[in-house]
Parts: sequence; structure tokens; C-alpha cells
Amino acid sequence: MSRLLIRGGRVLDPASDRDAAGDVLIEDGVIVAVDADIDTRGAEVLDAEGVWIAPGFVDLHTHLREPGQEYKEDIASGGRAAVAGGFTSVACMANTQPVNDDPSVTDFILDRARTDSPARVHPVAAATKGLAGEVMTEMVALVEAGAVAFSDDGKTIMDSGVMRRVLQYSRLVERPVITHAEDRTLVGDGVMNEGPVSTRLGLPGNPAVAETVHVARDIMLAEITGAHLHVAHVSTAGAVELVRAARERGVHVTAEVTPHHLVLTDEATSGYDTNTKMAPPLRSADDVRACRQGVADGTLDAIATDHAPHALHEKEVEFTEAPPGVIGFETALAVVLDLVREGELAPLELIRRLTTDPARILSLTAGTLSVGAPADVVVVDPERRWTYDPSKGYSKSRNSPWNGQELVGRVVASVVGGRMVYHVDRGVLVQ
Amino acid sequence: MIATDLLGIEDLERSDIEQILEAAAHMQEIGDRPVKKVPTLRGRTIVNLFFEPSTRTRTSFEIAGKRLSADVVNFSTSSSSLSKAESILDTARTLDAMQPDAVVVRHRVAGVPKRIADVLDAPVINAGDGAHEHPTQALLDLLTVWQEKGRIDGLTVTIIGDIVHSRVARSNIYGFLKMGAEVRVAGPPTMLPVGVQALGVKAFTSMREALDGADVVMALRIQLERLSGSLFPSIREYAETFGISRRTLRYAKDDAIVMHPGPVNRGVELSHDLADHRPSVILDQVRNGVALRMAVLYLLAGRERVAGRTE
Repeated sequence: MSRLLIRGGRVLDPASDRDAAGDVLIEDGVIVAVDADIDTRGAEVLDAEGVWIAPGFVDLHTHLREPGQEYKEDIASGGRAAVAGGFTSVACMANTQPVNDDPSVTDFILDRARTDSPARVHPVAAATKGLAGEVMTEMVALVEAGAVAFSDDGKTIMDSGVMRRVLQYSRLVERPVITHAEDRTLVGDGVMNEGPVSTRLGLPGNPAVAETVHVARDIMLAEITGAHLHVAHVSTAGAVELVRAARERGVHVTAEVTPHHLVLTDEATSGYDTNTKMAPPLRSADDVRACRQGVADGTLDAIATDHAPHALHEKEVEFTEAPPGVIGFETALAVVLDLVREGELAPLELIRRLTTDPARILSLTAGTLSVGAPADVVVVDPERRWTYDPSKGYSKSRNSPWNGQELVGRVVASVVGGRMVYHVDRGVLVQ
Repeated sequence: MIATDLLGIEDLERSDIEQILEAAAHMQEIGDRPVKKVPTLRGRTIVNLFFEPSTRTRTSFEIAGKRLSADVVNFSTSSSSLSKAESILDTARTLDAMQPDAVVVRHRVAGVPKRIADVLDAPVINAGDGAHEHPTQALLDLLTVWQEKGRIDGLTVTIIGDIVHSRVARSNIYGFLKMGAEVRVAGPPTMLPVGVQALGVKAFTSMREALDGADVVMALRIQLERLSGSLFPSIREYAETFGISRRTLRYAKDDAIVMHPGPVNRGVELSHDLADHRPSVILDQVRNGVALRMAVLYLLAGRERVAGRTE
């Protein structure tokens, strides 16, 4: 019998609304006790004096790039980066090569994850074959293979008729359809938020209305179909308001926001750094404020990284040509702790957005410290100062807007299924 | 003294602009000599790095460099990193290894000269990047207006056309504002950028209002391919509504001058008769462009360099 005692921390468990000092005892991969002063005899002890103990984070939006683009990332490197950032469960998007639109690809990802990844991996399958936005995928077979949700992600389904059918059919498997809500005809050739900054920089603008128009459409389709719509990476004040209003009238809609959309504005693009190019783009200060408010009041259920690795040479090009996206696992916690430091969010609520809420959206048995639950646990030092150097991180890629910056708050240790897979002083602890 | 690179007018102080214009005024006389050459930049290498086809600007820079006795090399290359599978920064590093004394960059994407300047030792001169800036065009426009009007302070300048996609407009907005003029922009609403007022200009869709009391009327070239982007319905409607003719020019001051960065779509932005004669000063702009670029090259490429760094 293996025993691990995480001792002396501030236990933050949103599932039980616990925010109190205590220990967490794990036996054979399962949480067996959460209490003050648990007897340590016979247990390996992980000291958490003065820091936080929380459920392992759940990231419902990541790109692990395998199969097909292993030069950017693979399931092994992505899984290591995930646990180094405290994410013990990650959902990976379907835009691999081949696309995850077939149970054989889902099987491959899960097989690879079992052998290679210290984090649990949950594939999101494509909503339409080849992400082409035309013919829906075999949702029943994909769910049987292990898919947890459906999404064409960045290849937004523009055909409203197809989107309606996808949402209707998803009722059969009761899994969410995740929408990357951007009306491509309004995005046009836009590469950054349309506004005074894009005007000054002379870069083509992508207007906020491209997102809000599409969120409005998808909410209306979710409303008539009764399906679960999940809005990926909300970036605009308008979309926050649409989700809030829909929720109030009973539409089954959930939403996520990325760390970068909570702290960075389009001003970050002033030096034309392609590591500030995202889809959707970094928005105005008003939009950032609205997204932070959305996280605080729960309109935006989950914080998701949209971890999107790209090779250095792919980002060293013209701003218009660079692929959008940034890596996010290893910086996410430090970045979103800003909301706690600014007094906008209690620590327990921040942890909720990183654990219980995303787990609920994907129906995962994760994100909780309940007795009997799988022992996925993180130890977090919210005060720890460190300088982020992506070349020393676990991702194969380095495309981060926080390259070289001093951050505050770091994951001390990550435990998956009772096994410590990462410790800040020793690195990732798997072969 | 202007900084290491000339990437945009936004970065310049008024005193920098005045310094460049005064240097350019001294250079003008060289073009009038029978032997149009001075030894100022002898032994210096200037590379024209043009990622976008350009005849006028490239030729102007080439003549400017040659009149200063620099060795001018034209390095034209395909338009994007993707089409030739080499990143722009690799191109810049390659070029840097050849130890040029100045690099003139033109690219269809905003920000490329800045990214190149970040890795290059030699001074970088932006010869136009996307819809961002075209600083030497604005400087030659300022020189032209300064010499025509004897001042820039207090003048009213109206820029008409596709402001959204115009680097000439942005550079001129910064330049004329810094030199104390009032700047207006005008065009159909689809061609006025979101938040343009934040640059410090007034925006108009009525030509009568935009031109009322203007000292300088600057028409921008209409890119005919924008028709497909639904920015305007037809050449005819644009010419009727926003074209400059003797009729619309009546709204401006009696002594207003007409400018255009070229090449002119005759009968679209400007009526035929206006393109060739006063009050149009279009050919003065072109002539001044050479002197202005000589001044910029002199100020940037003419510095003593120590151990590879510009001092």
C-alpha cells in the first residue's frame, strides 16, 4: 500500500467549499482523508507548510499536436508541461494530422497518453469530418472511444444549418459542443483586435462583433436544440453579456476564458511580437475588465489555457503570416493569480474555475478532493517569485508573451493518481 | 539627433523632423548641378531590401544613395516568409552578416521593418510597411509644404481617400500634427479606420466640410483591388463623391495646394487637369523625395561606426 501525506497547507477544495488549514492523505491513488493533523506514520510526506493544497487543475482547451505536428509538441512533452503547470487533466483539441474525427485517432491519442503523459488526457473529437464544417462525425462511436466533447475549434462551423444539426445530434451523447465563436466573414483578414491600436499599428483589424455575432447565433441554436453549448475562449464584453443573459433564461451554455485574455490587451502587440497574436485576438481594456468580471461572477465557468504550441521559425515571420496562439500551461497559474492579488476573486473561487467547473463541463471525475476521488492534487505557492524562461520549460515550443518576465505564483508539486509527477525542485518525475 | 533607425514619424520629435528637413534643403542644390554627386557616403554600402514591388520609392532611394557616392545594392525578394520558406528574421540575419551601413526596407506587412531593426546592427529605414508608416514620404511632403507655404504651423491639411489601408496617411497625420498643423481625414465611412480620432485628427465624410478652409489637399491613391473588399461600390461613385477637381477645390482656400503620393489614378482621385498643373505640386514632391532621402541616408548611414555598433 502506498501512502502520501500532503501536510500543513491551506486546503482549497471547491467541491466541498473547504478553505481551511489541513492535510490530505492519499492511499493507493485515492484520497482517503482531508483533515487537520493526520497521523503521518508510514506515509511519504510532502510538506505544504504555508502554501495551498488544491485539486489538480483541469484544462478543457489545449493543443497537444500529436499525431502529426510533433515538432511543435507531442503528448509526452505537452503532458509534462501540463503537470509542471498544475494541470493533471487536459482536454486536447481535434486539429491534429490526421484530424481526430475517427475513433481510431481517439484510440491512438489515449494509448499514447497512457504510456507517455503524466497528465490525464481527454480527447475532444471533431464535430464535423475533417473539420470541414459539412458532415458531422460519428459521435456515438467517438464517445465510446473516449471523446469528452466535440469541436471544430478554430475551423468555426460557419454553416448555421450544420451547426444546428451538430447541436441536435449531440443530445444523443449528452456531450458539449465547443464553439470557437468567430464569424469568419467579419474577421476577414484581421490579425489583431480592431480598434485604435490596430489603426495605429496599421495591422488589419478583427472586430469584437465577429465574436459576439457568432456567440449570439450559437446560443440561439443551443436554445432551440436544448444542447450543451460551450463557448471557448471568450474575449469580448459583448460575449460575456450574451452568455450571462442566456444562462439566466435557462439555456445550457457554459464558457471559458484564457489567462491571456484576463490580463493582456491589444496594446501588447505594439512591438509587433507575434507571440501576442492569438485567435481570438487580445482585446481592449474594457473587454478585459468584462472578462474578469465574468470570471468573478461565474458567467465564465472555466479558465482554460488554449495552450497552442508553435515552433520558433513559424513565429519568426510577418505578423499577418504567423500562426495564432501561445503556450500556456506553465504560466497560467501565475497569470490568473492576478485576480486574487487585485481582490477580484477569492482563492477558493479561482481554484473552482481551474478545477470543479471545467470538470463538470466535461463530466470528468476530477477537480475534487472528496474522499474516494482519484488523488489528483496540486500544491501551489501563490507568493513564489520566478522568472519564466520557455527554453527551460517542458513544452517543445517557446511561443509565450511572458518570455523572460518575472511571475509571482508557482506550482510546487503535482500529484496524479496518488503519484507525485512533478516537484518544482526536482522537475517532472516520470521516465 | 534622430535615433538609430527611421521606422516611423510616430517615434520622432518635432526637432528631429526639423533637423531632417533642414538637411534636405541643403541637399536640394546637389540635384541642380551638372555633376550630381558628392563624396559624403563614399565607401558606405546601402541595401534596398524590397519585399514588395516598388519602382518609384526604390529608384528614389537608389538615386539618393548614388548622389552621395554610396554603393547601393538592390535586394528584391518575394513577398512573404511563407512563399520562400525563410523567415524574415533569417533574411535580416543573413543581410547583417554582409555588414551594410544602412538597410532600406519595404514590406507589405506592418511591423516588418521594426522586427528587422530589432536584429540588425545597421540602421533601418522604413520605406513603407503595410498600412503602418511610410516616413520618408511624409517627410518629403512636409518639406514640400514647408517650402510652398513658408510654414507648417497653423495650416489645415486634409487627407482624402482610403485611410484604413494607407501608410502615407498615418505618417502624414503624425508629421503634420507634430509640426503644428490641423489634420483632417475624409473618405467613405468604410475607408475611415476605427478609432482614427485617437490619432488626433478630425474625420469627415463630406468633402465640403473636410475641405473648408484647407491649405493643403492631399489625395491618396485608391487601390482598385479594394473594390472586391466591398470598401466602395464603383470607381464612378468614388470619383464623383471623393475625387478632387476644380469644382470640389473651391471649398478649400484660394491658395490651397494639391498633393498626391503617386502614382495617380487619373480621373479617380484627381481630375486630369489637376494632376498636371498648379495648384498641384506632385512633381515637386517627387523631386524633393530624392533630396529628403539623401538627408536621411546622410544622417543615418553617415555616422562613424565602432566595432559594428552605430555610435
